[in-house]
Amino acid sequence: MDALVAQYTADPFAHENPALQESEEYSEVLPPLSLKFALPPISAPSSWLQAATDDHANPECPIKIAHGTTTLAFRFKGGIIVATDSRATAGNWIASQTVKKVIEINPMLLGTMAGGAADCQNWLADLGIQWRLHELRHKRRITVSAASKILANLVYSYKGMGLSLGTMITGVTPTEGPALYYIDSDGTRLAGNLFCVGSGQTFAYGVLDAEYKYDLEDAEALELGKRSILAAQHRDAYSGGFINLYHVKEDGWVRHGFLDQNPIFWETKLVKGEFSNVTSEL
Amino acid sequence: MSKRVLSALFMLVNFQIFDLCAARSSEVCGLREVLLGITGKDFTIIAASKAAMRGASILKINDDKTRSLNRHTVMAFSGEAGDTVQFAEYIQANTQLYSMRNGIDLTPAATASFVRTELARALRSRNPYTVNLLLGGYDTASDRPSLFWCDYLAALAPLPYAAHGYAQYYCLSILDKHHHPDIDFEQGMKILRMCTDELKRRLPIDFKGVLVKVVTKEGIREEPYEDDKPVKAP
Repeated sequence: MDALVAQYTADPFAHENPALQESEEYSEVLPPLSLKFALPPISAPSSWLQAATDDHANPECPIKIAHGTTTLAFRFKGGIIVATDSRATAGNWIASQTVKKVIEINPMLLGTMAGGAADCQNWLADLGIQWRLHELRHKRRITVSAASKILANLVYSYKGMGLSLGTMITGVTPTEGPALYYIDSDGTRLAGNLFCVGSGQTFAYGVLDAEYKYDLEDAEALELGKRSILAAQHRDAYSGGFINLYHVKEDGWVRHGFLDQNPIFWETKLVKGEFSNVTSEL
Repeated sequence: MSKRVLSALFMLVNFQIFDLCAARSSEVCGLREVLLGITGKDFTIIAASKAAMRGASILKINDDKTRSLNRHTVMAFSGEAGDTVQFAEYIQANTQLYSMRNGIDLTPAATASFVRTELARALRSRNPYTVNLLLGGYDTASDRPSLFWCDYLAALAPLPYAAHGYAQYYCLSILDKHHHPDIDFEQGMKILRMCTDELKRRLPIDFKGVLVKVVTKEGIREEPYEDDKPVKAP
């Protein structure tokens, strides 16, 4: 009986809470945070993907993900330095020497790219969308901390499904000051002063740690970032090409060039006398 | 053989190292052990980690992974347990025998050549030695320091500075930047300190500091080296 009555009676409170209704519609418009990305239409997508992409276990695997990189970012007195190499490799093949591994998410935020190139590009672009939507909705800019957490939560929701990315998100906001976060596809999210990511990370750490201090001048910091990438490009087979240099400051980031590794290496060797194990005479 | 052919061979051998190390554990290849060598104007520094590790345990914290071969050559070694000391002492005995028989020491380069030959011969036998080596010396004939890097596949290379194991990944970039052929001993020790500080900062394993041997015109000596200062990561 109650069911019949309910069927022919309009809800008297239907229009009393328009805010709720609005927010429901609103939430349907929200971009999906996770699990809306196409997965292989099979029962165990993660193990399938692992079998198809793990070229260490199976060199004949059908999908070769571009790995191998050196990227670094560090905080100092004058802001944040972000530097990367520019080589893309797929197995032993150098696929490109002119990759832009610093992703300009927007005029305030920078992300770096290590791991799968497609994963990085897609999810950092996605982060750019989320950042802009937050700005429009709330009429203020999202913190770097929150932006990095959106990305971290997103990649965590795909954990074990074969995403491969190691990224650093940097930016300067009025509430946080200069901020630097490391995020990888395991779901790790770390705030810190200094990170190097990629196959050449150890070589970059070696040079960077030895002379890093927070009170670096702008020029010193840029030079140290550049030299650390050069060290990795010299020793790591999967890093090379150009040095992509950025300085993140309060009023946004500034690009300091896409510098060819080769002339910088020879200048460092012949003028400063470094790299003494490399012979230059015939 | 021309230089180019040699360097091509060297690259081939290096590729093989990585393949084999992927198959074997880091313990067998001695990747966790630290060996460093630095030459300068009139000296060679050899540093070897002091931890003797087996599986999950550190068995000894003041292990000496070096042997003096003659008055001006010292050899540091890492790798498979048992093989290391057996090989080192075999080489030590034979170089000393040579000195006694002939009344003259082998030069560091001749010693390195001998060591490489022995390692290569064993490699093609049924029981090869899985040993990585650094040979530091001072050549009194040409009045020059010398340093040789040799891996367990018997690839030998004379170098101004060298490292073995995971230490390569951190220290070679530091040495690339800060090493110059004409540095004095104090500068050499300063660079070594930069290397060990970085290893303390970034290597997940505690290698219990390093034992430092120095070879000069006067011979081999152990250099006291402070290890207990903590290093902060930025």
